[in-house]
Amino acid sequence: MSISMRTKTSTIAKPKKPRWHRKEYFSAWAFAAPALILLLIFLIIPFFIAIYFSFTNQRLISGPLRTNFVELRNYLQMLGDGSLHRALLNNSLFGMIVVPVETSLALFLAILINQKMRGVTVFRTIYFSPVVAPLVVVAVVWTFLYNPGQGLINEFIKAISFGHLGPYDWLSNPELALPAIMILSIWQGVGFQMVVYLVGLQGIPEPLYEAARVDGAGRWRQFWHITLPQLRNTTIFVLIATTILSFKLYAQVEVMTHGGPQNATATVVWYVVHQSIDNVRVGYASAVAVVFFLIVLMRVIPVLRSVIVTEEREM
Amino acid sequence: MALTTQKVKASVTPPQKASQRSLSSGRKYAWLTLNYLLMILLAIFFLFPTVFMLVSSLKANENQLLQDLSTVSAFIPYGDISLQNYSDAFHRLPFGLYMFNSALLITCIVALGLVVNSLIAYALARIPFPGRKLLVVVIVALIVIPFESVVVPLLLMVNQFPWFDGSTTWINSYQVQIIPFIADAFSVFLFYQFFIDIPKAFEEAALVDGASRWRIYWQLVVPLSRPVFATVAIWQVITHLGDFLWPLLVTRGDTYRPLMVGMDVFFDQAPLRWGDIMAFASMIIIPVLIAFLLFQKWFLRSAALTGSTG
Repeated sequence: MSISMRTKTSTIAKPKKPRWHRKEYFSAWAFAAPALILLLIFLIIPFFIAIYFSFTNQRLISGPLRTNFVELRNYLQMLGDGSLHRALLNNSLFGMIVVPVETSLALFLAILINQKMRGVTVFRTIYFSPVVAPLVVVAVVWTFLYNPGQGLINEFIKAISFGHLGPYDWLSNPELALPAIMILSIWQGVGFQMVVYLVGLQGIPEPLYEAARVDGAGRWRQFWHITLPQLRNTTIFVLIATTILSFKLYAQVEVMTHGGPQNATATVVWYVVHQSIDNVRVGYASAVAVVFFLIVLMRVIPVLRSVIVTEEREM
Repeated sequence: MALTTQKVKASVTPPQKASQRSLSSGRKYAWLTLNYLLMILLAIFFLFPTVFMLVSSLKANENQLLQDLSTVSAFIPYGDISLQNYSDAFHRLPFGLYMFNSALLITCIVALGLVVNSLIAYALARIPFPGRKLLVVVIVALIVIPFESVVVPLLLMVNQFPWFDGSTTWINSYQVQIIPFIADAFSVFLFYQFFIDIPKAFEEAALVDGASRWRIYWQLVVPLSRPVFATVAIWQVITHLGDFLWPLLVTRGDTYRPLMVGMDVFFDQAPLRWGDIMAFASMIIIPVLIAFLLFQKWFLRSAALTGSTG
């Protein structure tokens, strides 16, 4: 680009909005192209194929049955599918509990280790360490820990309640199985959000706090009026990430409970995989996936709008 | 919690204030103790499963391991301590091959992904062009699609894709486990969030000087954004190390299989020996933990750049 450009702009003292739009459009699309093409082939097209499948009785292996259009039959069937309703409920419960708990715990941990104290880096590393453990491995280890007969967690509960509580049959009890998976998920995931918050905290300009102290604001008020508002972008990000991840809950369920007992831990993604791979009902599974996508999108749109608004203010 | 933060900040203020505060030094130490106590309790919560895993992996005697399960001895390496379980894990399946496969797959996905995803994110965050806002919305919508829900269509597609070596399917290959995962909407979003916070003044100066967008990206944005590159890289490594369903569906036999599928194979293999499984799990986690220790400073480098826009 540029000799011509330089002559053009160097005469202007203050940089105005540049006029080389066409060249800008070209670079923008060139930058975006590789990712867009890959996303198109490996995510968008398969997703549209899934939408197409959702109107057919597609099976994993075609076999003797022909694939036919079934119109809305798959969608109508979802209305009466108790297992699916349970899976949707489980996902909502999981999101409603894990998202706020994990987000606040992450902020709490971040504030705790953002202090100028000896050894905080060691604690930071410790709190983050579960994040690097692959979920399949974590789920296996925790299955061992939740073991009803001799598991460490039951023994611990027994010890702190002086033998009054437990032992619980964590993963086979319909009321405890989902909470058990929630605990493990928070344990595994909170470290990442903590680091995101830590970065946010370190970006808050110190003079803001100094000014507040001069004005006589207490620590609690500093937290509410400086820390929290300053972390707005970070919090939006953490909320979006945690919400989406909670909707995608799959590996823990697959390894630990296979959706049981009595669908108590079935999640929608698990149900989709179960229907398409184990029951080879690809058409129906696709319909579930499409509806679920729309539900999650609805859930994320309000948060998303605030992102766009923020960004418009900045542009 | 803000209370504790400030309290401790106070404790490291310059020494001339110390005399003033000597009255409250008792309370100060109480706070400090409380803080450490809290941090240690939390540390126990976050560490115990990992420690349990590592200690169990060293116990060669399976009976002892199971007996220790319910007591504190689960955390104490004693008795028949050896690397027997590790060598068993190596003998019972091609751990080295799985490890190599995982390392190769993850390196390719992460390296290519960093370039591809940061480029589009830069365009979305910084270059004004028509359709930009729509693309941002599309990217976020794409984050929402669970990969599991497109698994079957994608499987049917890649089954028929040709490759340069003349084969007519991608099934059972490295590329089938790499190419679909290079572009990642979530990584784009991470980069995007970071890039919109970089002060515009730098770029405007460079644009006025006639630098091309590529040069700005390469010489200005990338060096300024190392923390987010590190974050995305680590995030991607963690995600793809855990990949399980897709590799299971697209590989036959050991040649192209990564670690997680190996772990599953290991489970199904009789006899089920927890010591070996814990050794296998430890061998997966230890390298990642070491990598994290080496790179963790990058996470926290962004300081002045992020969050300042609130």
